[in-house]
Amino acid sequence: MDVIEVSGLSKSFGKVKALDSVSFSVKRGELFGLIGPDGAGKTTLFRLLTTLLNPGTGTASIDGLDIIKDYLKIRSRVGYMPGRFSLYPDLTVEENLIFFASLFGVKVEDSYDLVAPIYKQIEPFRTRQAGKLSGGMKQKLALSCALIHHPSVLFLDEPTTGIDAVSRGELWDMLQKLKEKGITILVSTPYMDEASLCDRIALCNEGRILGIDSPQGIVEKFNLKLYAIRADNMFTLLEAARQVEGVAECYPFGQTHHLIADEKFDIHRFTEQLEALSNLTIKPTKPAIEDVFIKLMKQ
Amino acid sequence: MSKTVISVRNLTKRFGNFTAVNNISFDVYRGEIFGFLGANGAGKTTAMRMLCGLSYPTSGSGTVAGFDITREGEMIKRHIGYMSQRFSLYNDLTVGENIKLFAAIYGLSKQNTGKRTDELLDRLNFSSERNTLVGSLPLGWKQKLAFAIATVHRPEVVFLDEPTSGVDPITRRQFWEMIYEAAEGGTTIFVTTHYMDEAEYCSRVSIMVDGEVRALDTPARLQQQFAAESMNEVFRTLARDAERGE
Repeated sequence: MDVIEVSGLSKSFGKVKALDSVSFSVKRGELFGLIGPDGAGKTTLFRLLTTLLNPGTGTASIDGLDIIKDYLKIRSRVGYMPGRFSLYPDLTVEENLIFFASLFGVKVEDSYDLVAPIYKQIEPFRTRQAGKLSGGMKQKLALSCALIHHPSVLFLDEPTTGIDAVSRGELWDMLQKLKEKGITILVSTPYMDEASLCDRIALCNEGRILGIDSPQGIVEKFNLKLYAIRADNMFTLLEAARQVEGVAECYPFGQTHHLIADEKFDIHRFTEQLEALSNLTIKPTKPAIEDVFIKLMKQ
Repeated sequence: MSKTVISVRNLTKRFGNFTAVNNISFDVYRGEIFGFLGANGAGKTTAMRMLCGLSYPTSGSGTVAGFDITREGEMIKRHIGYMSQRFSLYNDLTVGENIKLFAAIYGLSKQNTGKRTDELLDRLNFSSERNTLVGSLPLGWKQKLAFAIATVHRPEVVFLDEPTSGVDPITRRQFWEMIYEAAEGGTTIFVTTHYMDEAEYCSRVSIMVDGEVRALDTPARLQQQFAAESMNEVFRTLARDAERGE
């Protein structure tokens, strides 16, 4: 049996279907990512799996324990770091850690091996109030507190939202190390470029899962011919490219536009037709997670 | 070289002993999409506040949309557009009411407001939605409207703060398409963001570390300069050695 098993899980708030029949499972020791924009249902799913909300329909289990029947047992086995900073701002760093340990009936020393690599980075500030820490440090403290009872599963809701690229990198490094210690991790993010750091991902949108696979497996499913194009005037290029026969789609993609070609596409005809554009370049490119996400959203 | 819309020289802001922004100089040209990046605490927000006329520099000089940033903060505020993370419109006002409200805030006359409202609605293909509550619009439309409203007074430059954070990939592309169109039409776009995937859409990018601008070039040239595969790598190389936290 997998550590997390979710089957047909739904949850509505009034008329809003926050989660619409979601099914997936996470293996022991896996780093599993829920990738999707705001409103995808990521937070609702976390709140259901950590037994903070009752589902509408469907079932789910953590370590074989049912999220409704066995909710109390589940709570002592999971660590949860919500998207919003939820430690006590007027307690010090150290006090927060001791407080969370006492809530779970453990001593800080008991899981120090697990927490230490993260906690050591903020230990110099142990007498500082948690509310006065920087964003990156707050997060390290929150993660330490979520690990203090040595959970078997760690839930992290958008841990990288609002922090800079350096802190984001550090966080993903910490998750890798926790995974090596056998902790199963479910993490959510709206940033597609973080998908490749997970073992497997679920692409989520508007309460539904669009696809589940390894990051590699997800991009391999993109079986359309893709080019990256560029020119000095990117908007003119976008409009002009869409008029060319054989161009199924063309959309902005960072420094380039991505062009999806159908069977009628001819690269020579394309460059001929657009020769008026200065510094036009076109070359085949590999799809990214976002290309797949767009394709799945349109299906 | 095209017209300079933002120009700053040796811009510095101190708070007591702390130098938040340390001697920065750069130019932004008409129709550019300029990315303004920095780690948390690098001084980005302080610099932005000076560029938007919300705070005066301790030393240094500059102009934004033709106004002096050391003296004409009020004029700058009136002549720039600003769109904060996602949208900052009133959900319980209609599309037309939101436009009218912001037009009034920017001091457009009644007559001009009517004309400009028609114009914006027409350009967005939104005329049928004039009386729709903004709260009931799809996210992509809200964003388009928010950007249009940020340009209601025809500013030369629009400041965007993490404009596409948390939005789905299709809406994000609709947004950048609109930004590209505005930029090619001559509007200058100044984007502040944490997210390197947003930086990739900019014509030029500057990166602040410890109060200074440490790099400024096109994304492609920055990647070349730092032998990096992505802007994320460039940023991490530069910000790794930052001495300041938040």
